[in-house]
Amino acid sequence: MKRVLEGSQGVSEMVTRCRPQVVSAYPITPQTHIVEFLSQKVANGELQAQFVNVESEFSAASVVLGASATGVRTYTATSSQGLLLMNEVVYNLAGLRLPVVMTVANRAISPPLSIWNDWQDSISVRDAGWLQLYAEDNQEAADMHLQAYRIGEDQRVALPVMVCMDGFILTHAFEPIDIPEQEQADAYLPPYDPLVKLDPAAPLTMGAFMEPDKYLEARYLFHQALAGAAPVVEEAARSFGDMFGRYSGGLLDLYRMDDAEVAMITMGTLSSTVKGVVDELRAQGQRAGAIRIRCYRPFPKSQLASALSRVAKVAVLEKALSVGVGSIVAGEVHSTLYGTPIQVNGYIVGLGGRDIPPATVRTLYEHTAQGRPADGLFVDLKAEHIGDENYQAWRALW
Amino acid sequence: MAIPHAGVVKPGTSRNTKTGSWRVQRPVFLHQECIGCRQCEYICPEGCVFGEGKHFEADLDYCKGCGLCAAVCPKQDIEMKPEENKA
Amino acid sequence: MAKSLLAPGHTACLGCGEALAARLVINAAGPNTIIAEATGCLEIISSRYPESAWEVPWIHSLFDNTAAVAAGIEAALQATGRAGQVNVLSQGGDGATADIGFGPLSGAWERGHDVLHICYDNEAYMNTGVQRSGLTPFHARTSTSPPGKLSLGNPTLKKDMPAIALAHGVPYVATSSAAFPRDIERKVKKALSIRGPKYLQIHVPCPLGWGFDPSQTVEMGKLAVQTGLYPIFEYENGVLTGSMKVKPRPVEDYLKAQVRFRHLFAAKGEALEEQIRAIQQIADANLVRYQMYTPPAEGG
Repeated sequence: MKRVLEGSQGVSEMVTRCRPQVVSAYPITPQTHIVEFLSQKVANGELQAQFVNVESEFSAASVVLGASATGVRTYTATSSQGLLLMNEVVYNLAGLRLPVVMTVANRAISPPLSIWNDWQDSISVRDAGWLQLYAEDNQEAADMHLQAYRIGEDQRVALPVMVCMDGFILTHAFEPIDIPEQEQADAYLPPYDPLVKLDPAAPLTMGAFMEPDKYLEARYLFHQALAGAAPVVEEAARSFGDMFGRYSGGLLDLYRMDDAEVAMITMGTLSSTVKGVVDELRAQGQRAGAIRIRCYRPFPKSQLASALSRVAKVAVLEKALSVGVGSIVAGEVHSTLYGTPIQVNGYIVGLGGRDIPPATVRTLYEHTAQGRPADGLFVDLKAEHIGDENYQAWRALW
Repeated sequence: MAIPHAGVVKPGTSRNTKTGSWRVQRPVFLHQECIGCRQCEYICPEGCVFGEGKHFEADLDYCKGCGLCAAVCPKQDIEMKPEENKA
Repeated sequence: MAKSLLAPGHTACLGCGEALAARLVINAAGPNTIIAEATGCLEIISSRYPESAWEVPWIHSLFDNTAAVAAGIEAALQATGRAGQVNVLSQGGDGATADIGFGPLSGAWERGHDVLHICYDNEAYMNTGVQRSGLTPFHARTSTSPPGKLSLGNPTLKKDMPAIALAHGVPYVATSSAAFPRDIERKVKKALSIRGPKYLQIHVPCPLGWGFDPSQTVEMGKLAVQTGLYPIFEYENGVLTGSMKVKPRPVEDYLKAQVRFRHLFAAKGEALEEQIRAIQQIADANLVRYQMYTPPAEGG
């Protein structure tokens, strides 16, 4: 049923349809509304779950770890500093192959303290072994949760899934969102059937230590599991499309890419702005196209290479930063296109919630289309904040 | 054998490691003064002292020779003797 | 004898008090138990892939989150209609309880999860090489609180975890010792008969870390109790309902028997007498506070 809902409420409605049995979270802006809605649902008996109000994100992640290991479906959510605090457990959850689903309401990392949106939080744990899905709008953000459980709990995957949605831009925006009826959700998502679990009827030991003669192989098998999860992501999206009539791609969302000469690549809500700019450019005869990376982990290398095969230039717009190095996503695109003559530009945009208007996107398109290089180029720096000398040095890079 | 899903391990498999090879001394149960208090059975960190009534022994597959059983026996009915020729 | 739920073949040191206590704990708890274990000696000696000494479902996650993992296990049992039907043990050493794991333990106690937390107290971070912990006693030598020209060993007092548990309203708080196996058994069974959080702190002498012959583990444990340095007691719903009665022995008897306190006896000068007196005061205060010894009436 379609209703106008706050993005956070849409997520909480969909998570309720997923029937998690243990929910544990610690509040952090801008995730707070999601868990507040869920706690009301538990208080009203609409969600039959143990809601564990923990004293930190580290414990939230650990509670869902223990519950998931005992064989039940679980849920948590966080942002920014909270995700950093649970870092140790994030790696542990993936390595123990526990299919927890976590919403990350993307928010900047401190210092300086910022509650506003960028992807630095979820990107910082890209190597942990979780699947990562990035939503463009609130319908997709909600839909991704139902898909996330199905993907993560699939016995071919058995890995936790992070559903990333831009903080405030999605979490606090009101949009018409269609939430399926419980029966429809149940038809799409069967009960959780774990491969292994803690049960006195069938004792086993989880989390044994491994010596150098085996650790490498254990990590190899883990790596293969995530690397091989892409087909399951696609299947889940396709089945979802068949059942609910909405399909926004499994791994990539391609927009006017068929004969594109210059492609812009991004993730999340920025993609909506980029698509609008692509339409403008197309109306002016430019062969522009856009790719939204929907599934960032596993990184869809071959699909991306294929989508970019006849493109001449690529501009990657990312709300992320590897301090001292520059781009992260652009680096991965670069490595995907290694050996081809395709030029890849990397732009650092929107950190700490800095707005990215269409005019800015247009400027970056033109910069790339003109063949000018950009290697982790910061966009929209203000002279008054960095001083004239820094500003001149930066302008010279353009 | 290939590493199973998530590296899980079957219960009780430590029994494959015969820690008795660590020993430099072994307990000798004299079976003369035993009063069946079971202190030796309780106190073994390996849990390898077994028996019933007034007759107890150490499972030499696992006994590390720590000497606790001999130290706690209220009747001094257990003696620690050096392990013979270790090849 | 029923099959031990902590199997032999584990790689604990000779005479390990912790392995002894852990075996007693799980055998008292029985097979209908799930264990969440912290990184530490017990975890390492019992779970070297592909072998495990555990005959019950057991999970090792991290060093610092055991209490929260156990809370999650308990929540899952509640959610699946098994509340109170399966024992949940959260166990670890000094670090996992009093230091790095303290925050999550406090949170779990405050929320009142039906979990028994066991602290295997060997008074230092033994697994990583005998570094000091919040439970290291006054003046003990550890690898990070060594005596030297400017130091007399660990300068702090033992963190009073039982008092902290009581401050959280934990309904069953007790201490025990590897030197008293039947006491451990009784307390584990008692604790598991109570719904809600439980805390049992077990003194587990460490031959390697403290410096004594492996055959003396029980003797060390007994001396610790008899001197009053390690009081054995039980609190139920905040009230002291039992403690082990002793005929007190001077702390020297305990201290001089271990390498970790040997520096206090290096020279019989004034300074070291003062330190030993300070330790004796701690012991005497314990004997009174926990009603372990009533001195005969003055005069008459």
